[in-house]
Amino acid sequence: MIYFLIFISAIFVNNIVLSQFLGICPFLGVSKKIDTALGMGAAVAFVLTLATVVTYLLNKLLILWGLEFMQTILFILVIAALVQMIEIILKKISPSLYQALGVFLPLITTNCCLLGVAILVANGTEKLPAGVTNPGLLEGTIFAFATALGFALALVLFAGIREQLSMNKIPKAMQGTPIALVTAGLLAMAFMGFSGVV
Amino acid sequence: MSNAWKTLTNGIFKENPTFGLVLGMCPTLATTTSAVNGMSMGLATLFVLVCSNVVISMLKNVIPDKVRIPAFIVVIATFVSILQLVMQAYVPAIYATLGIFIPLIVVNCIVLGRAEAFACKNSIGLSALDGIGMGLGFTLSLTLIGAIREILGTGCVFGQHLFSDTYGALIFVLAPGAFICLGYVMALVQKCLEHSK
Repeated sequence: MIYFLIFISAIFVNNIVLSQFLGICPFLGVSKKIDTALGMGAAVAFVLTLATVVTYLLNKLLILWGLEFMQTILFILVIAALVQMIEIILKKISPSLYQALGVFLPLITTNCCLLGVAILVANGTEKLPAGVTNPGLLEGTIFAFATALGFALALVLFAGIREQLSMNKIPKAMQGTPIALVTAGLLAMAFMGFSGVV
Repeated sequence: MSNAWKTLTNGIFKENPTFGLVLGMCPTLATTTSAVNGMSMGLATLFVLVCSNVVISMLKNVIPDKVRIPAFIVVIATFVSILQLVMQAYVPAIYATLGIFIPLIVVNCIVLGRAEAFACKNSIGLSALDGIGMGLGFTLSLTLIGAIREILGTGCVFGQHLFSDTYGALIFVLAPGAFICLGYVMALVQKCLEHSK
């Protein structure tokens, strides 16, 4: 039951993009078409889950050795290396998957939701439901996967709206980023309706 | 002299990180719940920008071209860690409010962007000025958005009441307000730029 609650909480109530403001750059950058939004969402889901597991375990080692102050440096290096490695491995073992996700992988290193979720899970967070503030490995992994699903959901919804929006006439000053931000604001308002569900 | 002045003001007006380059959107949206929070985030980024720009400019002849991005990231992450420890020690309240967005300065596009576009090609002095200019531009825009959200949301600015105590449109302090407020401020800036042309 708790795992189900983590899912609902991470996807709807505490949506990573619309209520926590992580990963805004890809949210604004690759949301012009639904296809690319889906590809980006899938790539993030894959890398985010893996990166969270790896950084969670490494963080345990850091605590064991009393090196907590190295966390930021270690995490960003591990994430950068991991993304490179996933790219190489995917190219070898599954060219079709690489074709689908390949373009998005290099973009992911600087996606702040990766480092953000890794730090949240490693240091504990209030965003988990039912009083779990210090997630274990399983809870952390599920949280990461659900967060990535939330990211993908927000991205696809937003891309759908933007596809429609591109056919409308928009005042010159509002074109581009401003109208995208206002649209995202309305979407965030809709997601606020979920607050208090879990 | 004029070159130095141009470098300094470039980040504040012409290539303002938020309104001109549209970089670093995550902290811009997340930490501007009040003018003070926005300003603290801006100053924290300014510190990292100046330090990393200076060090990267010093090391530009030592770092091999192929591994420059990872090298830049390590330099930036080092200063972010220093900043984290210093803030935890001296301003724990602000550190707690800004929370996860302090370590996330590492992946702030502005810092890496300036290292790649400016610091690794220019002298130490100019790189420091560029860092100060960009950092000030970021701080000013964050403080501006923070002030607007604070005034609309709670009727205060820097904790000073402007309207009566009962005023408050809480939506502007919450998540949707961040998007909407930034969207309209950006539209206003675009409109002004159009007129000035």
